[in-house]
Amino acid sequence: MAKYLLLKHYRRSSGPGNLPAADVPMDQWTQQEIDAHLTYMDDFADRLRERGEFVDGQALSPEGTFVRYDGEGRPPVTDGPFAETKDLIAGWMIIDVDSQERAHEAAAELSAAPGKGGEPIHEWLEVRPFLTELPTVTE
Amino acid sequence: MPCVPEGGRAPTAEELRLLGPQVLGVLVRRGADFATAEDAVQEALIEALRRWPEGTPHDPRSWLVTVAWRRYVDAHRSQTARHRRERAELEQPPSGPTEQADDTLQLLFLCCHPALTPSSAVALTLRAVGGLTTRQVAEAYLVPEPTMAQRISRAKRTIATEGLSGPGDLDRVRRVLYLIFNEGYSGEVDLAAEAIRLARELHEQTDDPEVAGLLALLLLHHARRPSRFTAGGALVPLTDQDRSLWDTDLITEGIGILQRALARDRLGEFQIQAAIAALHADAPSAGETDWVQIVEWYDELVARTDSPVVALNRAVAVGEADGPHAGLRALQQVPTSVPRHTAAQAHLWEKAGELARAAELYALAAQQASSLVERDHLNRQAARLRSG
Repeated sequence: MAKYLLLKHYRRSSGPGNLPAADVPMDQWTQQEIDAHLTYMDDFADRLRERGEFVDGQALSPEGTFVRYDGEGRPPVTDGPFAETKDLIAGWMIIDVDSQERAHEAAAELSAAPGKGGEPIHEWLEVRPFLTELPTVTE
Repeated sequence: MPCVPEGGRAPTAEELRLLGPQVLGVLVRRGADFATAEDAVQEALIEALRRWPEGTPHDPRSWLVTVAWRRYVDAHRSQTARHRRERAELEQPPSGPTEQADDTLQLLFLCCHPALTPSSAVALTLRAVGGLTTRQVAEAYLVPEPTMAQRISRAKRTIATEGLSGPGDLDRVRRVLYLIFNEGYSGEVDLAAEAIRLARELHEQTDDPEVAGLLALLLLHHARRPSRFTAGGALVPLTDQDRSLWDTDLITEGIGILQRALARDRLGEFQIQAAIAALHADAPSAGETDWVQIVEWYDELVARTDSPVVALNRAVAVGEADGPHAGLRALQQVPTSVPRHTAAQAHLWEKAGELARAAELYALAAQQASSLVERDHLNRQAARLRSG
């Protein structure tokens, strides 16, 4: 078993060619299209729960602040956002699955969420394995 | 209730944990379907918590068997209300000696069913044979309880559909126990100790040299556990471990079990791995390790498994037996995609005296590490060489 973080960037533009519907941002969808998209994602999480693979997931506000230490006795420095649109993280999900293949399969399923015209949005999902505990037998 | 009051005492969690799987084993032997029986046993355990304080039965196990069987019959009856004929049959369970040993083995075969994924088999085994609660299993594997509950109930459904035809698959059982031991995370339950407990039961109930090999392997690795990490949690490699911390009783037991298995001349992977672990455990100091023999065992293992991970470990052993350059040559035959390939290279180049190169490789290996303690350890190795 291994845990993976699925990062949802809503990053689409460099996807497979000739998918005009995939590049239409959500604010240009109809209400029904938005509803269908959100329902798909809820159902996706439910399918993972049903398979015993769901660990956690949250949506994130698009606007964040960068914060750093600025020395003893000084208030933290805040700045940003510096992130480019493609680095924006709209949400994340953690899954616990039997293999990397299964993690990729799940990510691809999420990426098939419907967008404009009910067509799959083909967004890129970033799949990051967790660092694990050290197995007992290593040598 | 078959209850002779003896003054009341609530059962302890540990008591129920050991009794639950035994009762389940009896029900399954009587022909109960696994999923319904498992639910019935859980209900009986809850019933015990409720009723034993009023009067503890003389024979807690029989009490639980009776209550669980009654619950099972009720559940089964409501499921098969249409098949009235089955009732008479069910209400008179076959009598006979309680063959606990066979029961547990049968449960293990079911829980390690070939139709289950490894993670499902692990979860179900810990719950149904280990007697852990779903919450404990969930905590041990760092997933939410509902997720683990779902994994377990899916596994039960799979077993109910697939059934167990023919003899159980002992190889699967061995692998599942090995997984519980090897990938056990931290938590309230000591999964390594749990795997050893189950392997002991399996060893008592089977006449299989590979089961003996598995038990020996687990004991020999467990014996070294106190020396694997510093107080601060940093990894201590085998060569640097304080051997006075090793548990000599476990080592003696493991070696004894292994020797009796090897004497039967039915060699297998677990016996070979245990033999390698025994050679490490037997060396009074790292410098006195019999690397030549270890390489021979690895040759045997490579011939049997054709696993690149084994080939990598063999290359490291060759580096110790025949010098680092021989080790590096052996490593060239191993695909670089195998985990820890870079770390092995770094180690061998360090032994060859190429410290700058080794430091580079340790740093690279740290980036590729799949566990946090290994990453930290490899970064420390790079830092050590660069400061030296």
